[in-house]
Amino acid sequence: MQSCRLAAEGLACRRGDRILFRGLSLSLEAGEALRVSGPNGIGKSSLIRILAGLMAPFSGSVEREGEAGLVDERPALDTHLPLGQALAFWERFDGHGADAVDRLGLGALREVPVRFLSTGQKKRAALARLIAQGAPVWLLDEPLNGLDSDAVALVETIVAEHCAAGGLALVASHQPINLPEHHTLALRKYVHAGEFADEEWGE
Amino acid sequence: MSHRLWALLRRDVALLLLGGRRGGTMLPLLFFLAVAMLFPFAVGPDPKLLARTGGGVIWVAALLAAILPLDRLVEPDLDAGMFDQWALRGMSEEWTIAVRVVAHWLSFGPLLMLATLPASALLGIDAAAFRTVELGLLVGTPGLAALGVTVAALTAGLRGGAALSGLLVIPLAVPLLVFGAGSLATGGDSGIALTAAVSLVLLALAPFAGGAAVRAGRG
Repeated sequence: MQSCRLAAEGLACRRGDRILFRGLSLSLEAGEALRVSGPNGIGKSSLIRILAGLMAPFSGSVEREGEAGLVDERPALDTHLPLGQALAFWERFDGHGADAVDRLGLGALREVPVRFLSTGQKKRAALARLIAQGAPVWLLDEPLNGLDSDAVALVETIVAEHCAAGGLALVASHQPINLPEHHTLALRKYVHAGEFADEEWGE
Repeated sequence: MSHRLWALLRRDVALLLLGGRRGGTMLPLLFFLAVAMLFPFAVGPDPKLLARTGGGVIWVAALLAAILPLDRLVEPDLDAGMFDQWALRGMSEEWTIAVRVVAHWLSFGPLLMLATLPASALLGIDAAAFRTVELGLLVGTPGLAALGVTVAALTAGLRGGAALSGLLVIPLAVPLLVFGAGSLATGGDSGIALTAAVSLVLLALAPFAGGAAVRAGRG
């Protein structure tokens, strides 16, 4: 796997006229995993999109080495195509592909159009796309949403294997996820008084 | 890079031509033929009048048919997160939009030119005018495709985007229509050359305007 690194310095994020968080710095080396935690609406998805380079930060900078793979709430698969063909497009696009369909328990669904898949099955399909991409930097936005307990354990194993193989993973999740030697970044710490009344985020 | 563009083009053509649940090319094409068929009913069966106005009717019908698929050119892929995944893989929005323009043209241009044959017969257009219409469409429809994809990218994500994009395309398509249909009146190749020039300008602008629109829409 190609070498990878992900670092951010003094990030601030603005949505509309609100500053979601500010002064956020992080650094991830190959083999490391980081869980970003926080309640809904605090800016976890925005942070992921900033780190992926899909959104410009309000201030601060991001340094990334190695291709990024993203899983968010949209599976990015052609919904009218059977799952096998929808994934095959990304394999052709990436020029390679590790077939993770069976491992993710989707083997029987290859012929089923993506639009008929359940929430959890779509999430698994997105993970299959991510694994096939072979990117060293994984950015996972709520990867456990809609997954059953077996699948949660599977995702934890897959992330652990990815990190052991020299990749890095940043997982935004409001639910606990068991990652290997991971740090947790509580996004709440970077929300400054004044931008949000504290009671608004009472847990 | 080239295998990525090829994979993307294959996917886009399959998507736009067959359409999945998005409708495909058949509807705009039937719409085009229906407009051409309706015209003689409206103005009467006088062969001279039909032959004189037929070429212009074909051009207007082609423009209207090109407007129909606009709302499914860019927005569904934006909603599905496809553009984000392409950007992550290092493919710029300019490239994805350029491929989309080619795919859009492939999915409606050649078929439209084919459908012009029965439409010309219905309108009683003679061989020389038919040749001019077909040549005009050949150089004009790429411009229409570029315009369509640009406007579709601009209006993706807006409420009422479909109606708005139709409204935006029509004035912008006026130069194509003026020169394309105008080449029939003069019977000369200069009109076709001017149509081609407008097409080239639109083709050159589309990837940059459309790409910037997709990026801006990401927010």
